[in-house]
Amino acid sequence: MAKDDVTPPQTLPKYSSTFSPDVNAEIRRAAATGIYDIRGGGAKRKVPHFDDLVFLGASMSRYPLEGYRERCDTNVVLGTRFAKKPIELKIPITIAGMSFGALSAQAKEALGRGASAAGTSTTTGDGGMTPEERGQSKHLVYQYLPSRYGMNPVDLRKADAIEVVVGQGAKPGGGGMLLGQKISDRVAEMRTLPKGIDQRSACRHPDWTGPDDLEIKIMELREITGWEKPIYVKVGAARPYFDTTLAVKAGADVVVIDGMQGGTAATQDVFIEHVGIPTLACIREAVQALQDLDMHRKVQLIVSGGIRSGADVAKALALGADAVSIGTAAMIALGDNDPKWEAEYQALGSTAGAYDDWHEGRDPAGISTQDPELSKRLDPVEAGRRLNNYLKVMTLEAQTLARACGKSHVNNLEPEDLAALTMEAAAMAKIPLAGTSWYPGMPGGGM
Amino acid sequence: MQVLDLTDITLREANAALQNPSEGSNETAWEIVNARGSHAIAVGLDAPIDVQVRGSTGYYCAGMNQQATVRVDGNVGPGVAENMMSGTVIVDGDASQYAGATGHGGLLVIKGNASSRCGISMKGIDIVVHGNVGHMSAFMAQRGHMVVCGDAGDALGDSIYEAQLFVRGSVKSLGADCIEKEMRPEHLEKLAELLAAGESDAKPEEFKRYGSARQLYNFNIDNAY
Repeated sequence: MAKDDVTPPQTLPKYSSTFSPDVNAEIRRAAATGIYDIRGGGAKRKVPHFDDLVFLGASMSRYPLEGYRERCDTNVVLGTRFAKKPIELKIPITIAGMSFGALSAQAKEALGRGASAAGTSTTTGDGGMTPEERGQSKHLVYQYLPSRYGMNPVDLRKADAIEVVVGQGAKPGGGGMLLGQKISDRVAEMRTLPKGIDQRSACRHPDWTGPDDLEIKIMELREITGWEKPIYVKVGAARPYFDTTLAVKAGADVVVIDGMQGGTAATQDVFIEHVGIPTLACIREAVQALQDLDMHRKVQLIVSGGIRSGADVAKALALGADAVSIGTAAMIALGDNDPKWEAEYQALGSTAGAYDDWHEGRDPAGISTQDPELSKRLDPVEAGRRLNNYLKVMTLEAQTLARACGKSHVNNLEPEDLAALTMEAAAMAKIPLAGTSWYPGMPGGGM
Repeated sequence: MQVLDLTDITLREANAALQNPSEGSNETAWEIVNARGSHAIAVGLDAPIDVQVRGSTGYYCAGMNQQATVRVDGNVGPGVAENMMSGTVIVDGDASQYAGATGHGGLLVIKGNASSRCGISMKGIDIVVHGNVGHMSAFMAQRGHMVVCGDAGDALGDSIYEAQLFVRGSVKSLGADCIEKEMRPEHLEKLAELLAAGESDAKPEEFKRYGSARQLYNFNIDNAY
């Protein structure tokens, strides 16, 4: 071999961690279009989450309950503080607010069917209440949003609870949007808007500002509905201690805290990824606020944002929540991002599992769309059955974990049943690092 | 005339009486006395009754009204007739912020002035203000009509959709995407109808019409601030 033929060793092409391929792609996209990226879903970045906690289980000092034989209850009552008619659910997993408009009528019906079969509630969204979801939902929570699209006293009285939405985890401090592709004739009429416009929702309520006003607003809503309905206050996770305190002060029956992994139908990516805090970081703060007010278990706490399994449910309950709420996971259960539509996801420039252009209304699964042909792909009965199955599995999983910790009700799980695998999770969840009695972030390490 | 005295009964009792008038009763006239600035007076009504409120009220008087006619002989706090669906609400005095906010229908008449954000996110309500309106009035107004016999403050009709605004006096400034529009005969006719219903003797010819330029209906980077 001639000396000149020897190729000297080469360095591999090295991508920058700062200017990674996805960052560069976004720079090129922004430079080409001049507009920010809008997408659906919640934060995709990796953040400390329930996976970073484990249950300790029974041992010499605690005894477990027999799986499948000894009772482990799952029922929960929401709205016991002031409402004449609190909601009684069979399971502590509710369906989060998702609008007709963001979702097809078939998807909303499927959510109602699945939730009702499982004995839990579903929730309207920005755009009002449809007959399909009211008809199929045994327990329906009616969202009271800044836009007040479709808001009317008749539907308010039909609701089983009212959720005053101050914010959501995907965008604390931001309003909603629904792009023109999804403003069909029916959606436009329900929202009193011209067809096909890019609809904006206000980020603040139009007729109250701050907790003192909210107290009066809640009183008005109670007066209109005869003090029957539980009133929830939903906030995006940002300052959970103070937000919970102020929501209780304003008269909430239930506080809903939505972490940054919580999804949205459409929002700027920069908002989703850079505003708000992880779900794991807000539960203990909210619980502490309730305990300081002697309101824990008197005002119920619902936590949402990235709940995927019975393990997540059990861990949220152990940290002090009374119930959880799911949105993205419910959509996946219905059929969103299913690999069977891979060819069509590819045609849209995405792939199953990553598709998040829900705002474009071209969802191959027929869920986040108003296209009549695509919507027809979703059978509400079959999709509702899948959701019911999924809710049952999550409940069984949560019961399994609760029994392992010796609890006869999933709500009896407690922080003492948990250990953290990382310092970040330990600090955020105020749980000791596994194998230690160290609480990172607490004065003196909690010792 | 049935009298509800808020010094003798609770707000809940007063509202319950108005929300559930006896079936088959011929008594449709009600009077609320000693309002004393209470919040949420006469909210959630849904019957063709007449309610006269004596004195001034706090927040959300006649909120979400349907069918009823509510008249306040004093001033009203924030959010009078918020989200009204139908019926009529008449305020003899002034109104605080958010008068008629998100109203879907019916007629709101303010004989005095209305503060900021009058008609915010209105969705079909008609509002007639005899005096002036404050800043950001008709913000994101979607449908319906607002008639201002006096002056309008800053940023009138900001981000307006399809609501129509009529102002007789000056407009301090127009909000984003709100422009003056031609006053055609059908508008004068509608305005005359609204002024008559709103108990105003102002002349339609003295008004200018404002509405949406429809330039913000679809996202465009050149519209960003």
